[in-house]
Amino acid sequence: MMLALEMYRSMPRYIAARAVGGRVPGILTGPAAPVRLVNRAEPRSVAAGWARVKPILSGICGSDLGALFGQTSMYFSALVSMPFVPGHEVVGELVDDCEDLPAGTRVVLDPVLSCAARGVERCQSCANGQTNRCDRVTVGHVSPGLQTGYCADTGGGWGGQLVAHRSQLHAVPDGLSDERAVLVEPIACAVHTAMRAQVPDGGSVLVSGAGAVGLFATLALRELTPAGRISVVAKHARQRELARAFGATDVLSPDEVPARVRRATQAFRLSPDRSGEFLLGGVDVAIDAVGSKDSLSTTLRVTRAGGRVVLSGMPAAGADLSPVWFRELEVVGTYATQGREAFARAFDLAASAPLDGVVGGRYPLYRWREALDHAHSAGRLGTVKVAFDLRSSR
Amino acid sequence: MSRPGFVLEVDDRTPPLIVHEGEGFRLEKFPLGTRVVYSPESLPALRDVDGAIKHALEEPENSEPLRALLRPGMKLTIAFDDVSLPLPPMKRPDIRQRVIEQVLTMAAEAGVDDVQIIAALALHRRMTPSELKHALGERVYRSFAPDGLLYNHDAEDPDNLEFIGTTDQGEEVEINKRAAQSDLLVYVNINIVPMDGGHKSVPIGLASYRSLRHHHNSKTMVHSRSFMDHKKSAMHHSAWRMGRLLKDHLKIFTIETTLNNDVFPAPYEFLNKREWEWNVRDQATMLAAKRGLALAPSKMKRKIFQGMQAPYGITGVHAGETEAVHEKTLENVYRQQAVEVQGQSDVLIMGVPYLCPYNVDAVMNPILATCMGLGYFFNSYRNKPVVRPGGAVILYHPVPYEFSQLHHPSYVDFFEEVLAESTDPATIEQRFEKQYATDPWYIHLYRTSYAYHGVHPFYMWYWAAHAMDHVGDVVWVGADRRAVERMGFRAASTLADALEMVSGTVGRSPSITYTHNPPHLISDVR
Ligand SMILES: [Zn+2]
Ligand SMILES: [Zn+2]
Repeated sequence: MMLALEMYRSMPRYIAARAVGGRVPGILTGPAAPVRLVNRAEPRSVAAGWARVKPILSGICGSDLGALFGQTSMYFSALVSMPFVPGHEVVGELVDDCEDLPAGTRVVLDPVLSCAARGVERCQSCANGQTNRCDRVTVGHVSPGLQTGYCADTGGGWGGQLVAHRSQLHAVPDGLSDERAVLVEPIACAVHTAMRAQVPDGGSVLVSGAGAVGLFATLALRELTPAGRISVVAKHARQRELARAFGATDVLSPDEVPARVRRATQAFRLSPDRSGEFLLGGVDVAIDAVGSKDSLSTTLRVTRAGGRVVLSGMPAAGADLSPVWFRELEVVGTYATQGREAFARAFDLAASAPLDGVVGGRYPLYRWREALDHAHSAGRLGTVKVAFDLRSSR
Repeated sequence: MSRPGFVLEVDDRTPPLIVHEGEGFRLEKFPLGTRVVYSPESLPALRDVDGAIKHALEEPENSEPLRALLRPGMKLTIAFDDVSLPLPPMKRPDIRQRVIEQVLTMAAEAGVDDVQIIAALALHRRMTPSELKHALGERVYRSFAPDGLLYNHDAEDPDNLEFIGTTDQGEEVEINKRAAQSDLLVYVNINIVPMDGGHKSVPIGLASYRSLRHHHNSKTMVHSRSFMDHKKSAMHHSAWRMGRLLKDHLKIFTIETTLNNDVFPAPYEFLNKREWEWNVRDQATMLAAKRGLALAPSKMKRKIFQGMQAPYGITGVHAGETEAVHEKTLENVYRQQAVEVQGQSDVLIMGVPYLCPYNVDAVMNPILATCMGLGYFFNSYRNKPVVRPGGAVILYHPVPYEFSQLHHPSYVDFFEEVLAESTDPATIEQRFEKQYATDPWYIHLYRTSYAYHGVHPFYMWYWAAHAMDHVGDVVWVGADRRAVERMGFRAASTLADALEMVSGTVGRSPSITYTHNPPHLISDVR
């Protein structure tokens, strides 16, 4: 048996029942609470190529909070199986040998449960090496679940043990601390985002949001693309500092975005009737790293004609798409990562970037309410990443 | 008979004194021994203004009479000072109207029919139709504006600028094309401070950015001691060189007018008087006004103040060749405004009123408040500043963190973006000025809306450069802390706190001078 946090309500029912607003502990302790701390059986390896992993540190991702809050679109309800143990930003230790990796190896997880893990014939995307676009995430050896952390059979990082397929595992170099290694998965996602951004030489980029997603995107854009000015929208003092440390040219607060982007790009600024202002002209590329309606609306409105808007945060519904049409914007999504290369680059960044102190809170599982509350208010509290420390939870 | 300027030393019988602070004023009890400088009482006004104008046009300084310069078939252009003058606006009829009506009459008599009238606003905002009407009168406005013959100068219209040449110092002279191609340019000025007029009128008022940047920069501004003395101002030296170059290409007939100190209309006339001379009625209106303003919502306060029009008297009208005219003008201005002050003091205190040349019908934003205090008032001296080098300046103004998006769009960005990076004039000039000056959006708003040019906040900041360079400490009483700290200054809630804060710079018993304006005064520091 192992201790684990479990999301046990069906998301559709939870979303229907959820009270609007309120702080996390209120929701988490109330009757609608979708998670609980349980003792449950450890997940077992399902087929060849699978092995057990004992998580060491396991991050709390914005998408996890979205699911707990019921803010996630109903779209995803068909892509998960209940009850599941969340947690997909994992650094852990192999319990069993896993093909070429001996037991005891420290690993990080590529959480996507693609064709290889499911033991089905590879879909077109997987055949192209784009496992994040896999079409078979609901069939095969394990229950539906787009990722580890959303699948009933695999376990997740917020529990004492999980199982993973060799295709998901990346060995951690010896010199890299657990605190940095736990950031490799989100950094790999940011690397993928930076690639999807297709920044032109010297191009101007706006990153809306300075949580973990926005900050790591900034880091990846600065290190891996020929971006010129990178402007980061940040609310809190510590976020502003980190954005600069990660390569931002300038940092804006949310209410000054149209004005500052207009200045930086010498655009024209228009104020329509009963609607937000927008620019004619603007940045070459905008990254929405928040996923809120406001953030998406802003990024669409300050991107130049023919520019690119990258949806990096899990998006909310309801933004006005007029600028996409009128400005001929390219709107692209960026989900997880495409295979080994992004992880290789993420390992390099995790080793070299100024990441000390980025994991700002570590909690044992039984302190889950405080942990989730902390993660929910991370920006305000000056924390980038909150993680569960599983060594103290067993 | 008017009385000369007056310097008072505060003793225990001195009543609390009026200090202006934005859209209001306070009564302040100054420390014993504080030196208070009052402007001279208003000079008597000319009784026959129209006669004085006629006389000036017919017997000009160092020039043929205007009548002799007018002939049929010629191109005549009349340019005039824009809405930045005078402050507050003049009660109707504005002196510009009275002068221009006579010039037009004379032109008509001489058979001149190609006449255009241009507001010489350099990089200021355009004047609105009602402001043009106020300055020039209904009749002139109706006869010229509908046909496009009365309009605002556009310093960003390449089709309507003409490059004249380069001075021996490499300064490019480029001015309004219509003016440059006229057979005669008549310039009508209102001289409220000695900084204005002379060769500042045409080479600056009708210039382009390309031309202005040669003198409106941090280097010349910090080397102007002071702006009120054109012989000691690097900015004016440059304008003078340009003016002399222009003179060889263009016939200019300058008309300058001077005003007395009747700045405040009824019921605020008590503000024109010295406090201990208030009669019972003055006391009562003062208290009523003070209480009323304290209670009035800020919108209403702004309306009251922006609606004030001054009952100025005209003290002189001079016309003819620019430099000769300006000599006479300066005599009049100094006669009205100069006060002899013995020696410098450790601390200079100034109240900053609600209005400066650049916020007519708009809030005085933090940069303009600074420009007014450290640009205008600090520089209102001859010989040397009222405060010693390394001394302290204490200013009164609420410095609201507020901007007019209509008139000051680039100011907002300047405040948020540029001052966040640096407050050093030379640094910001080098890093940001060009971007702001060439930003197409600001240019668009300047040309088509009512916005100051993108570069204007830089000029305002440079104006304060000499003061910032000269003094060791600047503290604002009653100001928004966030706003003044962004500009690198400090805020205090009372005068006592402010004096405590500057004691590190000037000690615990500093010598203090309070310059009691408005009405405007120039300290002649001996
Ligand atoms: Zn994630
Ligand atoms: Zn697949």
